[in-house]
Amino acid sequence: MTVKQISVFLENRPGTLAALTDVLSANQIDMRALSLSDTADFGVLRIIVDDSYKAAFVLKEAGFICSVTRVLALAVSDTPGGFAKAVTVLGKNGINLEYAYAFTTKKRGLAYMILRVADNDAAIAALTAAGFTLTCQDELVEL
Amino acid sequence: MENYYQREIECASPEQIRAWQDERLVKTVHHVYDNVAYYRNLMDAKGVRPEDIRSRDDLYKLPFLTKDDLRDAYPYGLLAVPRADAVRIQSTSGTTGRRVVAFYTQHDIDLWDECCARAIVAAGGTREDVVQVSYGYGLFTGGPGLNGGSHKVGCLTLPMSSGNTQRQIQFMVDLGATILCCTPSYAAYLGETIHEMGLQDQIQLKAGIFGAEAWSQEMRRDIEKSLGIKAYDIYGLTEISGPGVSFECSEQTGMHINEDHFIAEIIDPKTGEVLPDGEKGELVFTSITKEAFPLLRYRTRDICVLTREKCSCGRTFVKMSKPMGRSDDMLIVKGVNVFPSQIETVLINKGYPANYQIIVDRVNNSDRLEVQVEMTPEMFSDSVSAIATQEAALVEALKAMLGIYAKVKLVAPKSITRSEGKAVRIIDNRKLY
Ligand SMILES: [Zn+2]
Repeated sequence: MTVKQISVFLENRPGTLAALTDVLSANQIDMRALSLSDTADFGVLRIIVDDSYKAAFVLKEAGFICSVTRVLALAVSDTPGGFAKAVTVLGKNGINLEYAYAFTTKKRGLAYMILRVADNDAAIAALTAAGFTLTCQDELVEL
Repeated sequence: MENYYQREIECASPEQIRAWQDERLVKTVHHVYDNVAYYRNLMDAKGVRPEDIRSRDDLYKLPFLTKDDLRDAYPYGLLAVPRADAVRIQSTSGTTGRRVVAFYTQHDIDLWDECCARAIVAAGGTREDVVQVSYGYGLFTGGPGLNGGSHKVGCLTLPMSSGNTQRQIQFMVDLGATILCCTPSYAAYLGETIHEMGLQDQIQLKAGIFGAEAWSQEMRRDIEKSLGIKAYDIYGLTEISGPGVSFECSEQTGMHINEDHFIAEIIDPKTGEVLPDGEKGELVFTSITKEAFPLLRYRTRDICVLTREKCSCGRTFVKMSKPMGRSDDMLIVKGVNVFPSQIETVLINKGYPANYQIIVDRVNNSDRLEVQVEMTPEMFSDSVSAIATQEAALVEALKAMLGIYAKVKLVAPKSITRSEGKAVRIIDNRKLY
């Protein structure tokens, strides 16, 4: 019940993000979600794509440094205040949330949260028990 | 196992080495004073007479010689024999400005070849070996030097020169080369290509003699693994003769300087003061057996350490460390001497690539030092704070080494230019003059 996120090292310099998106579009890879976390000098770009294997491959080929991390994709649009509730559930279970970001789908207009936690299995158990729906990689591709 | 080309010389007693050096130095000083106007002027300007030099202990009285002197004296200004007696010219790899040329009599070439022969034998070479010389031939001293040494030892010599990698590998396989001589970067490239071609089981190399550029211990291990050999370092400068001024023995803890031909000193690059053995400073050579082109106290600009500890190989010649940097690369930041080699050491110890750039700026009358380092897949994490933690650890390690704060900037892989020749390691933006 996890999805693969690709994290890419980006030097803070004009044109690096454009170079990355060029590589993805040239290889017909579709970005579903994107989040950039940065300092003054460098940033880490996190993306969810339709074909993570291919994306990681072509980015490495193009000279980018990237890694694949398993993260949780939580459907929140059908639960009002869903994200806040999910954070409470994780907190109660002692699961550390490292970062989170949101995205909405084009086709169905659904809202999702990507959660990066220290322990995926514990988080899945806690969230499912609390009635949340987690999306897996295959479903995500369809969105 | 005895791996000497000239045992009686290479393992001579310190007293014997000293006697050779004293006698030959005195002779060389007279030779250049009598035959080279350039030296006569330099010595007269410093008020030194040839008679003032009676032994190695008087060496410090002589003026230094730098690459600028060699450029000024171009082309024939430092030739110490009649032109008819010289038989060869070699030249340094082209940098800016006038080239530097060196001259050899046949006797000079014989002695140079012997120095290279010592290096080949120390690396395990015998007359049974097939030596592939993949250094450039021509004006560059690498090819001719190792070629001559290989002949002296009686090895079957394959004068490949550099380039045409496919043919290099084909000959290496077909002719069963056992010793490879080239630059370390070319050795690494040959290794990669051999693996790509799947020929690693068909090569018979046992040793490599690599020099003419700086290389790390890590690179040595990589080459040794890739080619299945023991890799030996060799050092030399065209100005002094070429490769073979010093060479590594099986212990691989420094290069023995051929002290029967060269006197080595370590000096403080700023004051010119001679430093005791074991201290880090600029390496200075005096050649004491050359006929055509003897150099007195030639400043190499290489930063080294000399050690006289007993070597397990039995040789008594002093050992020099791998050059740790260039004295002309030395930076003074916030009043502290900073050598790029110190930064390189920290990076390698912390697992970063040794490809870096140092940027110095002056902001509000205060120096600022920045070290740009390439990110690696091993260091990367999806967490910005994890990367920041590693960055902080690197800043700490640099501070411990340099004594001053240096900002670390992580940059994209391969974004620091890899040059063909000399890497641009330092960008000094201070307007100091
Ligand atoms: Zn030794």
